[in-house]
Formats: sequence, C-alpha cells, structure tokens
Amino acid sequence: MKFYWQLFFIFFKIGAFTLGGGYAMLPLIEAELVNKHKWIGKKEFLDMTAMAQSAPGILAVNMAIFTGYKLRSYMGAIAATLGAVLPSFVIILLVAIFFRDFKNNPWVERIFAGIRPAVVALIAVPVFRLSRSAGITYKTIWWPVLCAVAVWWWKVSPVYIVIVAAAGGYVFCRGGKK
Amino acid sequence: MIYWQIFKTFFKIGLFNFGGGYPMISFIQNEVVLRHGWLSNAEFTDIVAVSQMTPGPVGINMATYTGYAAADNVWGAALATFAVCLPSFIVMILIARYFLKYQNKPVVQAVFKGLRPAIIGLIAAAALVLCDGQNFIDGKSYFIFAVSFFLVLRFKLHPIPLICLAGLAGIVFY
Repeated sequence: MKFYWQLFFIFFKIGAFTLGGGYAMLPLIEAELVNKHKWIGKKEFLDMTAMAQSAPGILAVNMAIFTGYKLRSYMGAIAATLGAVLPSFVIILLVAIFFRDFKNNPWVERIFAGIRPAVVALIAVPVFRLSRSAGITYKTIWWPVLCAVAVWWWKVSPVYIVIVAAAGGYVFCRGGKK
Repeated sequence: MIYWQIFKTFFKIGLFNFGGGYPMISFIQNEVVLRHGWLSNAEFTDIVAVSQMTPGPVGINMATYTGYAAADNVWGAALATFAVCLPSFIVMILIARYFLKYQNKPVVQAVFKGLRPAIIGLIAAAALVLCDGQNFIDGKSYFIFAVSFFLVLRFKLHPIPLICLAGLAGIVFY
C-alpha cells in the first residue's frame, strides 16, 4: 500500500508542478524515477518515452500508466494516473466554477480581449517550427495544407484526417524507402 | 443524454490524438465548438490560455473544463477527464504487454511518416478556426497577434509571460 501512495505522490508532484504539458514533464519524471528512486534504468526510460510519444493520448498520462504498470501492474497504473491527473483536475475545476461568473467582469473582458490573439499566435508558431523539423518542402507542403483546409473550411473531423494519414503512410512508405 | 455524449466525445479525442497538446486543441475544438457547441470560440480560446498558465497536461485541463461546461456540474468534468484517459490506459497496457519496441517497427515508422505532416495541418487548422470575429475584434487584435507571433517565433518566449503581456495589452488597449 505504501508503494502505491509513493507512486501516486510522485506523479501528483509532477502533475502539480509542471506548466505547459508533457514535454516539460519529461525531465521531472526522469529525475524522480530514474535518478532519485532508481525504479527504471536510463535506457528503459528513453524507450518508454519514445513509446509514450508515439501512442495516442496525453503524453504525461501515457508515461504515468506505463510506469505504474511496469512497477505494480494495473493498480500501479491507476495510482500513477490518478496522481498525474488530480492536480490539473482540481485546479481547472476551481477555474471553471469561478471563471464562469468572472467572465463578464469588464476587467476580465479587457484582459482576455488582449490574450485571445496571443493564444492564436501561440498555436500558429508550432506550425512553422514543426514544418521545419518534419522536413516539409515545397513539394510536400500540399498534404499538411490540404489537412488544414479540410478541417478548417470543410469542417472534416480530425479523426478522419488521422485515419487517412496513418493509412497513407502505411501504404506509401512501407517498403522502407523514402 | 449529455453524459453519454461527453464520454463518447472525449474517448474519441483520447484515442485519435497523436502528437501532444497542440493537435489536441484541434480535436477538442472540432468536437466541442464546431460539432456540439458546448463552448463558444472565444470561451474556447480563453480556456486554452488558462490551460497554458495552470499546471498539468493541457489535454486534461481542456477535458476537465469542457466537461464541466457541457454538463454544468462536476460529474461532467470527471467523466470527460476519465474518458480522455481511458484509451491511453488500454493502448499503453497493450503496448507494455505485447509490443515492446513498438516504435521501432517499420509499420509504425511508416504510419508516422504519414501522420507527422497531417498533425501539422491539424494545428494549423486550430489556429485558422480561432481567427474569427470573437477573437479578433479590431486592428489592435491583429497588432497583438503579430507581436506575439514574432516574440514566440524569434525569441521563443514562454507562454506564461506572453499571456501576461497580452493581458496587460488588453487593459491598456480596451
């Protein structure tokens, strides 16, 4: 029982103190599990990270499930996931309860009128940064552009985009060429 | 039945989201704003800002808030959060049991060759959907957007100082 608490608490700490999502959490997870508690080897941690990144879902949750399961099977996975999720859940719940009353306050309105365009910029920047790192060229740019237009203009669900893209990758790149 | 809708929506988001927090914004936006209308575009943008500024994974933050807004109570929030984690649970345990070294398999590599550019397209779509009259009310909005874009792209400004600065700009401008 003590071990489950420890697992819960470690991921609780990780969930409560990392801002900005999964990638910011990875060094913290490594510090706790690999360096401090030595539950997982360095190499194994890198493999787990790669797998958690290529699986669907939320990276931090994937890491919690994977670690918990490796150490203590299903109950371990549940303890770690609860730990990772609970801080966000509680904080956002409080925000949700109060923000909905706050929203029409004129000061809050003004602040958010300034914030909204900045958020759009925040989402737009990774598009360019990722395009560079994914090696998108003028020859291949039609594919992300098509996906963007399909979702934005024709309101196609991203689910279909993911299915078609995965199938396309499988069919065209399977031979290991390219 | 709103609870079944919430569960189904977030299970789907958890199952098909690849590539982290930004593509997830596109998924949640498509389902929650465009399809179900649980949040307006402006409210959705506000929640993205709040998610960036509060600790924890962005996906969990978004699921919790949207679930609360859709059902108007705590159970909606809990259900959405549970539903978005459930596919991870199934997939990660399957991988842990049967597919170690899964990411090195040529099939997986091939699939990701196709997925990577599509994910970039999804993030672009999320940004484009957000470009509407609710978020861009006048010329000053475009000014804030341009300055923010430049600061993040050129100087890698962190989201939290950026959002604080933009909030300050809002007080000064409006």
